[in-house]
Amino acid sequence: MHRIYTVMHRISYELYPLGDAALVVRFGQQIAPEVHIQVRALAASLDANPFAGLVEYVPAYTTVTVYYDPWMVSSGGTHHHAYDKVADILQKLCEKLDAAHTMVPDVVEIPVCYGGAYGPDLEYVASYQQIAAQEVIALHTSAVYTVYMLGFAPGFPYLGGMPKRIATPRRDTPRQYVPAGSVGIAGAQTGIYPMETPGGWQLIGQTYVSLFDPIRNPPALLKAGDQVRFVAVSEDNYQTGEHIDEP
Amino acid sequence: MSLNIRRPGLLTTIQDVGRYGYQQTGMVVAGAMDMIALRLANLLVYNPEHTAALEITLQGPEILFERSSLIAIAGANLSARINGRPVGMCRAVYVTAGSLLSFGKPMSGCRAYLTVAGGLDVPQTLGSASTYLRGGIGGWQGRALQTDDIIPCGEISKKAALLIDQLKNKHGKGWAQASWMPDPRLYAKSDTAIRAMRGPEHTLFSADSQQGFWESEFQIMATSDRMGYRLEGKKLACQSSLSLLSTAVTFGTVQVPTDGNPIVLVADRQTTGGYPIIAQVATVDLPTLAQMPPGKKVTFTEISLEAAQKLYIQQEISIRQLKRSLAFK
Repeated sequence: MHRIYTVMHRISYELYPLGDAALVVRFGQQIAPEVHIQVRALAASLDANPFAGLVEYVPAYTTVTVYYDPWMVSSGGTHHHAYDKVADILQKLCEKLDAAHTMVPDVVEIPVCYGGAYGPDLEYVASYQQIAAQEVIALHTSAVYTVYMLGFAPGFPYLGGMPKRIATPRRDTPRQYVPAGSVGIAGAQTGIYPMETPGGWQLIGQTYVSLFDPIRNPPALLKAGDQVRFVAVSEDNYQTGEHIDEP
Repeated sequence: MSLNIRRPGLLTTIQDVGRYGYQQTGMVVAGAMDMIALRLANLLVYNPEHTAALEITLQGPEILFERSSLIAIAGANLSARINGRPVGMCRAVYVTAGSLLSFGKPMSGCRAYLTVAGGLDVPQTLGSASTYLRGGIGGWQGRALQTDDIIPCGEISKKAALLIDQLKNKHGKGWAQASWMPDPRLYAKSDTAIRAMRGPEHTLFSADSQQGFWESEFQIMATSDRMGYRLEGKKLACQSSLSLLSTAVTFGTVQVPTDGNPIVLVADRQTTGGYPIIAQVATVDLPTLAQMPPGKKVTFTEISLEAAQKLYIQQEISIRQLKRSLAFK
């Protein structure tokens, strides 16, 4: 049932079940750009070749989880072994994956007002790393981040690519209330809180851009595979909702 | 027609079969905890089986029917009464305008589904009427029902209108129920043994924990909710400490956080998780689990993937048979 294959660029992949209605394709065990490319390529391939009984799929750091309806896949019970049928389909797609055909990632700029009331932990992050607050902002805005996956909460991006110079452990005591749009650091990760929630991240700024809006199409601002840049905006611009870099 | 909520009960929410297609954006699926009870209750009033209904938890609401209608209640037996008189479970019931539905002591299970012919006329959010409570999305204003909410209902189908005409002639005290009900084997499961498959990280657990998972009893903790069933019993541990990358999870995923107490993810689960997955509950046993109240003890027995899929297909065949026989009633 557990199948392991080696194909392109010596990237191996495994297929295994997650219960009776989902299958996982795993391209590796570590976060790596080449693994991310495979994940994106399979996602694109599933978009282009949906099969009867496919419910949806969820890309993550190294995996794509494919949800299916065993009734539909087995054509109403006339074929047995729905799992094997889905595994065969996925195996064929994986063998034909072409990373070159993966779309050029969208680059999304997110305006952030750093420090002050919007980023109450900016000074802490600066003192933890023994650099100036301005340098924390410069480093945070200098990087191009990759959206590896969305999860945890609607619209929440798992971002890779934060400079190590601003990595800071989580707060000892989480806040009871973190406003939506807060931009924070937790260890080597950075992220944006899509909704108001309790949380322990070091808050360095805030954005007014909504990460998830159920009445917008698409509802999430970001998708797996996108690239993100943070752009510093002044408090005045923040309050008027003006993005200084807007064309 | 509309439902006038006189008292909301402990937790009454609008749910359908869930919000699929948006998990890759981190959007939670939500939907009914007991999908079979929801589907049956819909079929009994001639609604499409995925139609939105009220999910009623342990202590039921008081609902005034502003017009006459056809309703059904399936799932938990929460001692439903109309105008003070006990009403049958899992059958079509004709109610006249001004009738009052109330609930009493929970007799079995913990979630009942109330369907109304024509469905609940509430807006769809991302293709579903399900309420995602933590996100404040969907259902009735994104929240559980409150006193004085008025929930509009849709148009009654011709088939439902015909059944109303038949039942009208025999109603007393404002209501009458159909004598016919579906085969109880479809919904009345009282097992405490939940069938599950091994999860992707099953082999990473210590031999003692693997054995302990399948052989010992776990108690459903009071902190369990629509997001997760928190279990307490034998502490489960991996052979060595490991840090897993977040990956997608699903309804019935049994994950084990570092404290060693397993959590079964249910309707309002997050889309992804990073804890090792020891098992995955068979889809056909999710309704049984969803009907277990906190305090109850549960055990897990292993089932193969093939056997679980076979049971799933048999269940779907039974539901389709029921649908066909209803068409001739």
